Amino acid sequence: MRKPTIRRGAALGAALALVATMTAACGGDDESNAGQAELGQDDVLTITTFSDFGYDKLIEEWNADPDRPFTVKMTKIADWDPWKQTLTQDLQAGHGLTDVVAVEGDAMPQFLADGASDQFADISDPSLEDRWVDYAYLAGQTADGKQIGYPTDAGPEAFCYRADLFEKAGLPSDRKEVEKIFETWDSYFAAGEKLVAELPDTKWYDASGSIAQAMLNQAEFPFQTADNAVDVENAELEEVWDTVTRYSSTLSPRVVQWKEDWTANFTNDGFATMPCPGWMFSNIKSNAPEVEGWDIVNAFPGGGGNWGGSYLAVPAMSEHQEEAKQLASWLTDKDQELAAFEAAGNYPANIEAQQALADANATDPYFNDAPTAVILADRAAAVEPGHPYEGDKYSDILGLFQTAIQRVDEGTSPDESWATFTQAVESLS
Amino acid sequence: MTTVHAPGPPETRTAAGTTPPRLTWRQKLSRWDTRFSPVLYVVPFFVVFGLVGVYPMVYSAYLSFFSWPRFGPTHGPGVGFANYAHVLADPVFHKAFWNTVGIFLLSSVPQVVIATVIAAMLDTPLRGRTWWRMSVLLPFVVAPAATALIFGSLFADQSGLVNEVLRAIGLPGISWHSDRLASWTAIASMVNYRWTGYNTLIILAALQAIPRQLYEAAAIDGARPLQQFFHVTLPSIRPTMLFVIITSTIGGMQIFTEPRLFDTNLQFQGGADYQYQTLTMYVFNASNSGTDPYPRAAAATWIIVVVIVGIAALNYLLTRRLQGRGER
Repeated sequence: MRKPTIRRGAALGAALALVATMTAACGGDDESNAGQAELGQDDVLTITTFSDFGYDKLIEEWNADPDRPFTVKMTKIADWDPWKQTLTQDLQAGHGLTDVVAVEGDAMPQFLADGASDQFADISDPSLEDRWVDYAYLAGQTADGKQIGYPTDAGPEAFCYRADLFEKAGLPSDRKEVEKIFETWDSYFAAGEKLVAELPDTKWYDASGSIAQAMLNQAEFPFQTADNAVDVENAELEEVWDTVTRYSSTLSPRVVQWKEDWTANFTNDGFATMPCPGWMFSNIKSNAPEVEGWDIVNAFPGGGGNWGGSYLAVPAMSEHQEEAKQLASWLTDKDQELAAFEAAGNYPANIEAQQALADANATDPYFNDAPTAVILADRAAAVEPGHPYEGDKYSDILGLFQTAIQRVDEGTSPDESWATFTQAVESLS
Repeated sequence: MTTVHAPGPPETRTAAGTTPPRLTWRQKLSRWDTRFSPVLYVVPFFVVFGLVGVYPMVYSAYLSFFSWPRFGPTHGPGVGFANYAHVLADPVFHKAFWNTVGIFLLSSVPQVVIATVIAAMLDTPLRGRTWWRMSVLLPFVVAPAATALIFGSLFADQSGLVNEVLRAIGLPGISWHSDRLASWTAIASMVNYRWTGYNTLIILAALQAIPRQLYEAAAIDGARPLQQFFHVTLPSIRPTMLFVIITSTIGGMQIFTEPRLFDTNLQFQGGADYQYQTLTMYVFNASNSGTDPYPRAAAATWIIVVVIVGIAALNYLLTRRLQGRGER
């Protein structure tokens, strides 16, 4: 029998070629990462944001512009926490990230630490130094002056409240009159006890976690001392812990922020107040589009506080760092930050944009025509700079602290939960 | 290279003492073909396996003895067995271990039992048999992520359908995300939803291979249907049962998607008190943390390997015992 040598030879060759390409594909990857590549008009630059940055329209406009230098493609991730995991993992792996990445402000310190900051491109630009409010700008800079992030927004906090529920419970509901309630934490919790006594199906705030976050943002050294030594056994943190866990069973709906039960409470009168940085506005609107009665008070218990505010950064692994920097700079310029405020309520970190908002005296019909621009400007002025001190492990410990509060909400005793928390903090080092 | 030590194909072998005739090019080619092509055919698999299987395993074993600077691009200095010590002493790891075992038992045992019962029912002359058989496989087609999202909202602690039904019939709602056993049950139910149908079809195939004469003989001997099931059906499908049990054991040790998407904890710790963190979630979280991420994850992985090998050995012993009994 004649053997079909040719066909066998072909199969053999194909197998060898397959092996060769597989090996080549695995070996060649590293080299291509080194160089920077220029982008043509139809080449795509990628960006990832989380939650709502209000960029949809801006990017549509950018791509519709016939003179655009390149095309932009945005990936949106629903929440910060899963994105933080992906971001951390891909930074350590050295590949997989988009050309521009959005980073939540609380996590910035850990990316500024030695070693970590090498994973980001230096996007310092002397001409931009006066573009953003100082505290936001400097929080995106390493100790030796390398800028790794441009501030997209700031998170000065006001309080959002349900005027209709306040009325039902016999509390003042007018935007001016309720300011008394939100003067101090004591007056705030006292009013809460009154409301839950009148309305048994409604809790005072949206989640224990959000009140903890609000109180933490007023502390000076909640988790780490100025030299980045971890210290969670301090009076400030104890105060936050005691307060939040004390009211867990009475004023809190005991749900986790961003999850199903939390979302459901927006539409079933589950709670009456919540700390409200500008970016929270769009969350309320999308979770409770039909609910009427939301309003915003120009006050915050215990002074002020900043919750969140994010950055656009360029990972060192990007092959288009120049273009990425260009896009990040454009998105954080005056007009674009104003557009983002309009789209998502993200209060600009850009000084000119803040000024423009104050001049325009923007109001929001959803929140009973509340003068949102003025309120957020006032709230921004009330923020004590440098509070809280955010060390390199701030974001990690914050996550563990929120988890500890969740345990108490779910019925674990505060002491037991605290012990688990300190144990978990220890294993971070 | 003229000396050939290995015996060639029979037709080219020559008697001792005589000079072997010169082979033609075509003959040589054919000789090489029979000798080397089998090796070449399997080479691609081993190359790919080496690249994506062996290399990562060896490298992870190597990594597990090092530290890792926060957000550093490469590993730091060696630390000996410190990573193993950390994982073994970590109370979270202990919890994850028992969670995995618990979820595994709650999913695999009912799964195999229910699958066998459904398969036995489908094996009867039912009207619209094909339709019934296809429909048991339907949940398997649903993506695990979709399953987890659907069950996640069914089992939501306050707004979930399950608790609303419970409350409607006067029972207290169950804290699906904070009670350890309840959370295992919820997760196991997702696994069961997805895999019972798959196992049913496998067992059904085994059932149909049983010679019908056995049943006739049993019936003539006066065995009732239930007796037939226990004394004819079950012994006949023992090898298939073992296959189903082993695959569901492997699946059980690797369970990840369901608990991860079921999680209400924002740090994905598998519940605020690690109630349903599984071993694979532990590895995943370790590799995502800022502290010695990959070395600790690698150490945890190798500990899990040892655990799985232990379970496999146990399985093997059980199998032998069962088979020995079957042959008696």
